[in-house]
Amino acid sequence: MAGEEPKNVFDAEAASSLARELRGTFLSGKTRSYEWRVSQLKALLKLVDDNEQEIVDALRSDLSKPPMESVVCEIGLLKNSCKVSLRELKHWMKPEKVKTSITTFPSSAEIVPEPLGVALVISAWNYPILLSLDPVVGAIAAGNAVVLKPSEISPATSSLLAKLLGKYMDNSCVRVVEGAADETTALLQQKWDKIFYTGNARIGRTVMTAAAKHLTPVVLELGGKSPAVVDSNINIKVASRRIIAGKWGCNNGQACISPDYIITTKDYAPKLVDALKTELETFYGKNPLESKDLSRIVNSNHFGRLTKLLDEDKVSGKIVYGGERDESKLMIAPTILLDVPRNSLIMNEEIFGPLLPIITVDKLEESFDVINSGTKPLAAYLFTNNKKLKEQFAKGISAGGLVVNDTTLHLAVHTLPFGGVGESGIGAYHGKFSFDAFTHKKAVLYRSFHGDAAVRYPPYSYMKLRLMKALIGGSINGIIRALFG
Amino acid sequence: MNSSIALEREVEELREYYESGKTKEASWRETQLRGLRSFLQEKEEEIFKALEKDLRKHHIEAFRDEVGTLIKSLNLALSSLKQWMSGKKAKLPNIALLSSAEIVPEPLGVVLIISSWNFPIGAVAAGNTAVLKPSELAPACSALLASGLLSYLDKKAIKVIQGDPEVVKQLLEQRWDKIFFTGSPRVGRIVMSSAVKYLTPVTLELGGKCPAVIDSLSSSFDREVAVKRILVGKFGTCAGQACISVDYILVEKSFTSVLLDLMKVWMKKMFGENPRELKTVARIVNKQHFLRLKNLLADQRVQESLVYGGSMDEDNLFIEPTIMVNPPLEAAIMTEEIFGPLLPIITVEKIEDSIKFINSRPKPLALYVFTKNQSLQRRMISETSSGSVTFNDTIIQYAADSLPFGGVGESGFGNYHGKFSFDTFSHEKAILRRSFLTEFWFRFPPWTVNKHQLLEVAYNYDYLGLLLVLLGLRRFKGRGSSV
Repeated sequence: MAGEEPKNVFDAEAASSLARELRGTFLSGKTRSYEWRVSQLKALLKLVDDNEQEIVDALRSDLSKPPMESVVCEIGLLKNSCKVSLRELKHWMKPEKVKTSITTFPSSAEIVPEPLGVALVISAWNYPILLSLDPVVGAIAAGNAVVLKPSEISPATSSLLAKLLGKYMDNSCVRVVEGAADETTALLQQKWDKIFYTGNARIGRTVMTAAAKHLTPVVLELGGKSPAVVDSNINIKVASRRIIAGKWGCNNGQACISPDYIITTKDYAPKLVDALKTELETFYGKNPLESKDLSRIVNSNHFGRLTKLLDEDKVSGKIVYGGERDESKLMIAPTILLDVPRNSLIMNEEIFGPLLPIITVDKLEESFDVINSGTKPLAAYLFTNNKKLKEQFAKGISAGGLVVNDTTLHLAVHTLPFGGVGESGIGAYHGKFSFDAFTHKKAVLYRSFHGDAAVRYPPYSYMKLRLMKALIGGSINGIIRALFG
Repeated sequence: MNSSIALEREVEELREYYESGKTKEASWRETQLRGLRSFLQEKEEEIFKALEKDLRKHHIEAFRDEVGTLIKSLNLALSSLKQWMSGKKAKLPNIALLSSAEIVPEPLGVVLIISSWNFPIGAVAAGNTAVLKPSELAPACSALLASGLLSYLDKKAIKVIQGDPEVVKQLLEQRWDKIFFTGSPRVGRIVMSSAVKYLTPVTLELGGKCPAVIDSLSSSFDREVAVKRILVGKFGTCAGQACISVDYILVEKSFTSVLLDLMKVWMKKMFGENPRELKTVARIVNKQHFLRLKNLLADQRVQESLVYGGSMDEDNLFIEPTIMVNPPLEAAIMTEEIFGPLLPIITVEKIEDSIKFINSRPKPLALYVFTKNQSLQRRMISETSSGSVTFNDTIIQYAADSLPFGGVGESGFGNYHGKFSFDTFSHEKAILRRSFLTEFWFRFPPWTVNKHQLLEVAYNYDYLGLLLVLLGLRRFKGRGSSV
């Protein structure tokens, strides 16, 4: 019809058609071969290698992310993930033989990993390359078809991902859907075999509700207030640098595992504040708003949210460092606050920004109660040389992951499962855990026609019961006794 | 009948007790596991009586399938507990000098187990406190658990709450750290939707139509064994009222009459001329399910396909073991999980056609395949999807503690048995320990070209490269972007 614009809306019908198409491709068996998975993982590596500059530029556009952070925290980690998967894939794909007992004798058994089918990956805006592609690596390694929905809050990266994945990957099995709430809703109405979501708890609940309708298992990588407990008698210079690196060095505090707040003793707090101030100046200079090594706040929405936390009456007077902001640049300088009230806004929601409150206690052991009075965080950090404290921390604090004497690094260790517990999430990934997250562990039992125990079958008798008890008990003596009375 | 507030209070108590730390101790867990075992051993007679009352289950069937397997699982848990509880070291790359990493399992907290007859072995071994909600369809068993079990366990940590679906609804409104549900997909959806409120992880053990594929076996010995195992896997297992009962059979057209003849012979041998008298076949659990099954047979075309059995005794809730050949595929008996002693046989041209048949239906909890043909075995594993695959037998995979027991797709997600039970009720916590002594000073801003270079080689575990850069012997390959 003349004059009508073609509609490119991704609605429920488009979502349904996409899911159907990918399911068809999956059922053809294409994604299951080792060769296909390797080709796709290699394609991802090439995608990142060939387009590093464009990726850095997109991240700069969306987040003013310093190129070094982009290269190290996003590109570097993703490449590592691909390489680990390529190196280990054969081993991961192999069925695992397991022992069988006398109860099923004679038999042999194995656990066969099989792909779940078609996966949906919904990603976040703060590490839009890593958090989009790392789960996709897992989905592909496990032999699934996958749809990626990048965050619309990082639009340059979203559109770059759509372009590059379209160019480098097998489009019959790997697709990108761009968009916001409407498109996500349309996708969530479909039946997927697994949904992998990274983001906040509110949307996490929406995702899980949608998944429940189709009995779809989910991984939810959420957040929380990750505390850092700081003891005295430590190398305070090193500790400060590691706290700064984990906080402002990670997207200016906009990372799910940034230390959200610090707990230390009243006596030690001044020393810690001084050390942090010194190191912050070394890192970012006297005028951090001008520093090129800090990400900006992602949008005015979050800028407003963070300034509100800072400007709350009982909090604004507690700033001991920083507090400067530039709305035109969406920049907030690294800010430290001391002894904000526990019932302030800043202590009751995940900060996700460059504000670091320090809470003080009389004895450091009290910090555990402070942490346990809140919901379980994604990460918890402890700086100490006290062995007993380390043990108490490991035993007494429940979080997704714990790090002693550093922050955030556990994200980079692929042999550790990365995920939350309680409000901070469900499931985990990285390394083999990514492969497992998108896999069904199918139990396979091979029985012989021989070695049948007549005890199993009716008509039942007392003798059969005795023999069965002995068989299940697994003791040879018991069996002999039962057989010979 | 528990009011909502009383229920909330009970769950609060469980949470307080959990937070006291008592249930984390290995000794506490061992005591509970031994208590469970003592209950099974000392109360064996009462358990058999309760099962007899609820289901008219023969006590040997009860032992084989329930008591016996539970004791076996408890023995395994007791002997393996220390090992399961200990952390696992995680490998670190050499560059991570003076660091260590491990994965430590910790209990989730307060868990809810909604089940037919599931024991909280995994929950307790993993150090949680728990509420058990047994099925109200088996009231004698439910009552026995409530009264009997609690004298063997720590009452402050494990509670049995009985009642109807309304009670389940109230339970689902409380805050749990894990929900373990066994039942139908319909209720599974309700459970998972309720779990959203507190982002509670769930394990759903659902059902489905478990097919048994029977290849044209040439040896008469094999044929007999196959038939016996299938009959026991259907009629000898709670009269087909088990999530892993054989639901229907797939067989090549040419083999059907051989199969049927053998089945009739062995039906008589195992269940007698008059199964109701011999009590070797359990009865239907209640009137509602009896009528449901009666309805499945009411379809005229299904009636016409009957080849054995078909008689029903409504007063005694008894249905005779019944076999039919090729009922219409769109009839309810072929679209719903049967969960009863009715066995459809579906014929296919070639046995390989059963793969397509299975794949056109929701993924089942178990797939049984009777064949010696290794190529068919391989195809079955790689071309179909199910919770599990068992070759040349039925049901028995349930007793293999080294295999995960759980579904996929419509048959559920998550698994248990053996160590998988322990894992299902645990959180695997990652712990990374660093020293103050080593540092990658190039981790920190302000960023320079040199630091970029160093990070690159460090990331690639390129130790030689690292050395060269540090010694100033490697040049930076410019990437065009200013750093």
